[in-house]
Amino acid sequence: MNISDNIAEPTVYELSSPGRSGVTLPEPDVPVEELPTDIVRDDLDLPELTQLDVIRHFQSLSQLNHSIDSGFYPLGSCTMKYNPRVNEDAARLAGFMHSHPLQDVNTVQGNLALMYELQEWLKEIGGFAAVTLQPAAGAHGELTGIMMMRDYHLSRGDNARRKILIPDSAHGTNPASTTMSGLEVIELPSDARGNVDLDALKSECGEDIVGLMITNPNTLGLFEEQIEEVVKTVRECGGLIYGDGANMNALTGIVRPGDIGFDVMHYNLHKTFSTPHGGGGPGSGPVGVSERLVDFLPTPIIEIVEQGNDQDPPLYGFASPKHTIGRMKAFNGQFGVLVRAYTYIRIHGATGLRSNSEHAVLNANYLRSKVQDVYHLPYDRACLHEFVVEGRWSDAPEIHALDISKRLMDFGFHPPTNYFPLIVHEALMIEPTETESRETLDKFANALIQIADEARNNPELLLTAPHVTPSARMDEVQAARQLVLCCRPSYLSDPQYVNS
Amino acid sequence: MSYLPHTELDREKMLAACGVENLEAFFETIPNEHRFPQLNMPGPLSELEVLKELQELSESNAEATHYPCFLGAGAYHHYVPSLVNHMLLRGENLTAYTPYQPEVSQGTLQTMFEFQSMICALTGMEVANSSHYDGATSTAEAIIMALNHFRGKRTKIIISPTIHPHYRQVINTYTQGMGLTIVGQENLEADLDDLLTELDDQTALFIIQNPNFLGELEDLQGIENAVKDVGALFCVISNPITLGTMKPPGEYGADIVVGEGQPLGIPLSYGGPYLGFFATREKYVRKMSGRLVGETVDAKGKRGYVLTLTPREQHIRRDKASSNICTNQGLMVTAAAIYLSVLGKQGLRKVSELCYHKAHYAAKQIDKIPGFAVRKDQPFFHEFAVHCTKPIIEINKSLFDEYGLIGGYDLGQDYPHLKDHMLLAFTEMISTDDIQCLCDALGEIS
Ligand SMILES: Cc1ncc(COP(=O)(O)O)c(C=O)c1O
Repeated sequence: MNISDNIAEPTVYELSSPGRSGVTLPEPDVPVEELPTDIVRDDLDLPELTQLDVIRHFQSLSQLNHSIDSGFYPLGSCTMKYNPRVNEDAARLAGFMHSHPLQDVNTVQGNLALMYELQEWLKEIGGFAAVTLQPAAGAHGELTGIMMMRDYHLSRGDNARRKILIPDSAHGTNPASTTMSGLEVIELPSDARGNVDLDALKSECGEDIVGLMITNPNTLGLFEEQIEEVVKTVRECGGLIYGDGANMNALTGIVRPGDIGFDVMHYNLHKTFSTPHGGGGPGSGPVGVSERLVDFLPTPIIEIVEQGNDQDPPLYGFASPKHTIGRMKAFNGQFGVLVRAYTYIRIHGATGLRSNSEHAVLNANYLRSKVQDVYHLPYDRACLHEFVVEGRWSDAPEIHALDISKRLMDFGFHPPTNYFPLIVHEALMIEPTETESRETLDKFANALIQIADEARNNPELLLTAPHVTPSARMDEVQAARQLVLCCRPSYLSDPQYVNS
Repeated sequence: MSYLPHTELDREKMLAACGVENLEAFFETIPNEHRFPQLNMPGPLSELEVLKELQELSESNAEATHYPCFLGAGAYHHYVPSLVNHMLLRGENLTAYTPYQPEVSQGTLQTMFEFQSMICALTGMEVANSSHYDGATSTAEAIIMALNHFRGKRTKIIISPTIHPHYRQVINTYTQGMGLTIVGQENLEADLDDLLTELDDQTALFIIQNPNFLGELEDLQGIENAVKDVGALFCVISNPITLGTMKPPGEYGADIVVGEGQPLGIPLSYGGPYLGFFATREKYVRKMSGRLVGETVDAKGKRGYVLTLTPREQHIRRDKASSNICTNQGLMVTAAAIYLSVLGKQGLRKVSELCYHKAHYAAKQIDKIPGFAVRKDQPFFHEFAVHCTKPIIEINKSLFDEYGLIGGYDLGQDYPHLKDHMLLAFTEMISTDDIQCLCDALGEIS
């Protein structure tokens, strides 16, 4: 069998040829010191390739990906908007890229000024008293925030509070973060309009509640209609409100969660503030807090340690909050991501940020209006930046949301988020973002409409989709049953993979 | 500056299709008194103006390409071959997300798979995930994995006092609500033998770092047996550059190997984004957290890759998940995969050796300077502690202000018994001349 028939691209190990190398390093310019033989390894099984081999390999691989740069990517809850390239240039400025996290603060005032400014802007955008930039992603921010809420109660001798209320529409990280902080999850049902069920909330609220963790707009793309009542109810039992800010692309410049009574919220800089998703990360999940949680922030935060004057800028430094939960990460947050978010916010200013949210919402509602007659909307009211439809029809019983998703790939689109939120059957969660044009939205809507038609008239086309992608549907069951998690040397000798 | 595509005509047509008059109409569910706040922020700027401003900010920093940098302590200035950055900037790598849809994500998936493979090769382990946030959170996740492995029946964790102090702090933060006993923080002078006496049938995990925070090589022989005798798990925090030459922890019977992958092609970037790697034995794979890529075939029999064993993860298991991690360090995984591919077997060994040689040469030179004594309790790799006769803060200030050098880490901050000790790191980026400058400067300062 020829290797190219059943392999899209060989692995680096298969491409390796003993004796090749991609980098020439300088000869030692100091006397050579013998390494202790008893601890030196015999073999190091890394591949051997030239630079050109490596470039071709990773170039070929990259071409197998869909990305924002290659086409529309309406992955709900992930805000796949245009990632401005200027952000990349900014993060690669030498002073940012090559400064060491443990340098004396006097030698990194540029970094600290940038971080301080970003803290201030995020405070202003969210309506919070303070912000930490340390968390590495949204989920890490959640963990940070929940720990702060827990410690807030403990510091007041309120030791019986062990439960976090979480709506059933929440993202999986919300309950997972709660468990990691040693607390217990109480799931709240949603009502018929997609809001938190107020009666259920009222019956769960009591002296054992740490607080409520709520996503607003929620994962259906809907603003909580009774948010003030929800906040009041939780407050009355002594609980705090955690806001999952993953959906801030709907609300930036529109409303400040701190103003409606949220005590904690994480931002996802890799969503709202356009930092690239990098094939899974890095993200950044700064957390904003209300006055009563300021002392619990992770250590350190950036402060002005000496006020500036007309001639001199202020001196920035680190500070440790009085009752800090501790450190969440080895160094100073995902600094390179912070630079990108700073750049984005600075470019837009308050008016630009508001306009982005307004147009994100416009795009979602426009797309929704185009497909609503063909796809069932389980919650039929105006959405914010995203909406959820059901990917199923009673007259096309074999078709699932996943089939629609796979078929969308044939049209050159990335599918929406599938099977989330869990409260919608066969969910397709669609978030177009503001940087997509009307033409793109029209094309996507037309594809969805055509697929709905195919579902009835030619279901096979969906069930066997995708047809034009680099790979056909993957056998996920085999992957889990016969675990192959790394290139084993045995591949090299396995006749199946050896070029004939 | 705006990236919006909407023309006036687009907006009109789209609003009409939505049946609303204006953009404000979409937001009527939001409490009126809080709608459309006036944000007190600087006004918008063009890209050109922003870059200029940022250029100035960045230039007010000292950085390792202009100032020879002897700081390590968990983050290292290494050479990154140009092609790494060029490949990262390809939009297909940069602007994709988690590969949930394998048919249009084979590039990311295969890259992750190759990364997993190379981490296994480096560490001598059988499976590796495709990243945690950094070395510290990887270590915290190792603890959580060990607790899950023992189903909460063992609650004691032994950590060496010479693991990175920030990792220790992160472990303490992460485990606050878990009701654990963490041993190894009371006596920061305790050595490995002292720690081994703490092992008992309550111990879930024994964690050491090698080379340790002081740059020293620990004697790993014998730990495996002691740990296995009480049925606990053994975790090593490792520096991947040192693994270019040194026997991997897998050969010493480690059950989990974690660490900071930043030295593998990732710039210092003032502390992040970095790369937590995590490797273990296949028998523990179902207890490990983080994304895993597995090989499979597609409907036409062609080899392909998918995210696998996802029932461990938060999006499926929710409050019972092995971790809350979702977004990870994907692009840093790509950087490390490319770095390891291009350095390869010979290159990584060479980098590792260069670091070793430079550090050992520097140690000999510094040790000769009156007032400076290199700590020689144990062999070291590319970092070592020096006892000085002046406070490190003062020495570092002179080194920077008068000689343009970024000095070492002040160990007294974390270890009272190492007051006036400076931790110096050497990589292939440091030349003989840099070492000479450092020695001359120290000679004059003392
Ligand atoms: C609603 C919601 N909450 C939380 C998260 C977790 O954020 P992250 O992936 O950055 O950890 C996500 C991300 O996917 C999300 O969509």
